[in-house]
Amino acid sequence: MYQYDSLDRDILADRSAEFRDQVARRLSGEITEEHFKPVRLMNGLYLQLHAYMLRVAIPYGSMNAKQLHKLADIGRRYDKGYGHFTTRTNLQFHWIKLADTPDILDELASIDMHAIQTSGNCIRNVTADPYAGATADEIDDPRVWSEAIRQWSSLHPEFSFLPRKFKIAITASAKDRTVAKAHDIGLMVRRARDGTLGFEVIVGGGMGRTPFIGPTIREFLPAHRLFSYLEAILRVYNRHGRRDNIYKARIKILVSALGREAFAREVEEEWSKVGEAGDLPDTEIARIRGAFSRKAFETLPAQSEVYDAAVSADPGFARFARNNLKPHKRQGYTIVEISLKGIGETPGDATSDQMDVVADLAERFGQDDVRVTHEQNLVLPHVKLDDAPEVYRALAAAGLGTPNINLISDIIACPGLDYCALANARAIIVAQDIARRFADQDRAEQVGELKIKISGCINACGHHHVGHIGILGVDKKGEEFYQLTLGGSGAEDAAIGKILGPALPLDRVTDAIDTLVDVYLRERQGDERFLDTYRRTGDAPFKEAVYAETH
Amino acid sequence: MPKLIRREAERFVEADDSFTSVADDQDLPEGDVIVSFARFQSEGHALIGEGRRVGVRLEPDEAVEALADDLGKLSVVALAFPKFRDGRAFTSAHVLKSRLGFAGEIRAVGDVVRDLAGFMVRCGFTGFEPADGATLEHWARSVQRHRHVYQRAADSRIPAFAEREGR
Repeated sequence: MYQYDSLDRDILADRSAEFRDQVARRLSGEITEEHFKPVRLMNGLYLQLHAYMLRVAIPYGSMNAKQLHKLADIGRRYDKGYGHFTTRTNLQFHWIKLADTPDILDELASIDMHAIQTSGNCIRNVTADPYAGATADEIDDPRVWSEAIRQWSSLHPEFSFLPRKFKIAITASAKDRTVAKAHDIGLMVRRARDGTLGFEVIVGGGMGRTPFIGPTIREFLPAHRLFSYLEAILRVYNRHGRRDNIYKARIKILVSALGREAFAREVEEEWSKVGEAGDLPDTEIARIRGAFSRKAFETLPAQSEVYDAAVSADPGFARFARNNLKPHKRQGYTIVEISLKGIGETPGDATSDQMDVVADLAERFGQDDVRVTHEQNLVLPHVKLDDAPEVYRALAAAGLGTPNINLISDIIACPGLDYCALANARAIIVAQDIARRFADQDRAEQVGELKIKISGCINACGHHHVGHIGILGVDKKGEEFYQLTLGGSGAEDAAIGKILGPALPLDRVTDAIDTLVDVYLRERQGDERFLDTYRRTGDAPFKEAVYAETH
Repeated sequence: MPKLIRREAERFVEADDSFTSVADDQDLPEGDVIVSFARFQSEGHALIGEGRRVGVRLEPDEAVEALADDLGKLSVVALAFPKFRDGRAFTSAHVLKSRLGFAGEIRAVGDVVRDLAGFMVRCGFTGFEPADGATLEHWARSVQRHRHVYQRAADSRIPAFAEREGR
């Protein structure tokens, strides 16, 4: 965790006081909803179907136990005892009263948290690798750069009213767990041959109604030039991004209209004018690096007798270990993924009690570190193998032991029509039904890695474009229909899925998924994942099977 | 005479506004005027020749660089916010102040509200015509509320990273 200093705290306190003032002006009627809207959106407050929704920032998905306990507490006192973790690794409270929001923000500020820029046309929460600091193959810790970007972008005077929202992802590992190529800016940490640290800069990826895998505009940007380069990209976008049509306002449209080369030239030209005055001094990066608390790793044997014994004795733990434990850079440690995709539950939801359980485990066994993944799960990044069985038992007792990470029931879904004013169709019910159909864990493991992602409308908050199987809710004359896309990926092999055929009614979606899985199991060669088989065979066998049944 | 809020030497003052903002289809009055970029291109030099003070009003899609050669003769550049969420004028002000070195008044006109006052000052704006009824006190309070800032901008505030180094 990055440790706030007094300046960071003052900045949050001042922002919180400002928002209290703005809410008071709205409640007294001094300002209209039209005026208040962009102001409240700058602070993560949405007006949804039933109530206000407050989106709390979990910067780059990283928090400590005290913070998670506080989120649980806020969920109990101001919401209905739960919260919803989002694909931007934030936490949403869906049942908030406007008059309570200033107090909630003060509560958040008391534990160094906030809701700054979790919505609005500004630079949003940065996504970073949830395994940062724990995975063996990372070049540098992406959280250091993420925190520097958080500070630089917070209340940025020039870039807070952009044409549209702006999202940045950073990954430092060969395995991309951030969907970097579908972000407005994706930064991939690289090391040059001479050892210099830098970034490959990808601009103009995105989802929504016009999905793009972002092109690389610079193969190698020296790390110490990051902030002048970001300033150049943002300035070109702020000036030239479209503002006449909300659906064409993201930077991806500008990049695609100009073409990669022309856009890159504009940025380079602007960058040469910004110069090094726009960069953060190396000393500040070093300070931020130092402000991340050191982990106290012990020297442990690679094998753990406690762990091995639990794997043999408890099939439940063995299954959890196979699917939810990931290799750690230190021997004797493991990364524990906690699924928020309990069968039949709402993807990403956690009750306040569950948050407290995870926070306690992080304190006792996880070096006070909790992460949120963009796939709406939680992670304890540093757990000893010796402690893994006990962590599992505590999770299972709280309904958090679902052993399905990366399996077919580990589904991303947006809140959909159950909560969201923009949605055309429900998403949660579709996820729940598919998860129930594949509740047999043996079968789910036999199917292996299969990423289903569901959006309730074309805005694609459920990332359906990059699902191995994507499901998009559409409205057909007042009825919920669902369009399937196949072959997408949000990982290092990023791709936009292809529409399989005509949309299906709600009651046929789960059957269709079942059919797709059957075709995959029939066609699969060797240890191919669903995605690999699809890429080899093309969509013909899948299409034939799903639509044959309609004739 | 109408009033406007002006930033002078790190303070805010209420000042008389001697300028008349003139629409393109309006006859030119006597005295100091602010005209559109189009009108400035056709009539600007004549107006300056008459010895009056002249300002130019730029819409968000008009590049400030187009005024680069004339800045020495201009007293005011007014940057329009047609809606307060149209943030292009922030970049225009930044470029005008930091890159083109404009020393005259950079005025925010249009949907100018106190919630943006701090951002405006940081981007280099020095004159404000609030559209939300904000008083001088409101305006000053909005700007002074934030004790620290994280980033370098077009103003002279010391960013947090430099404050930290000084400790």
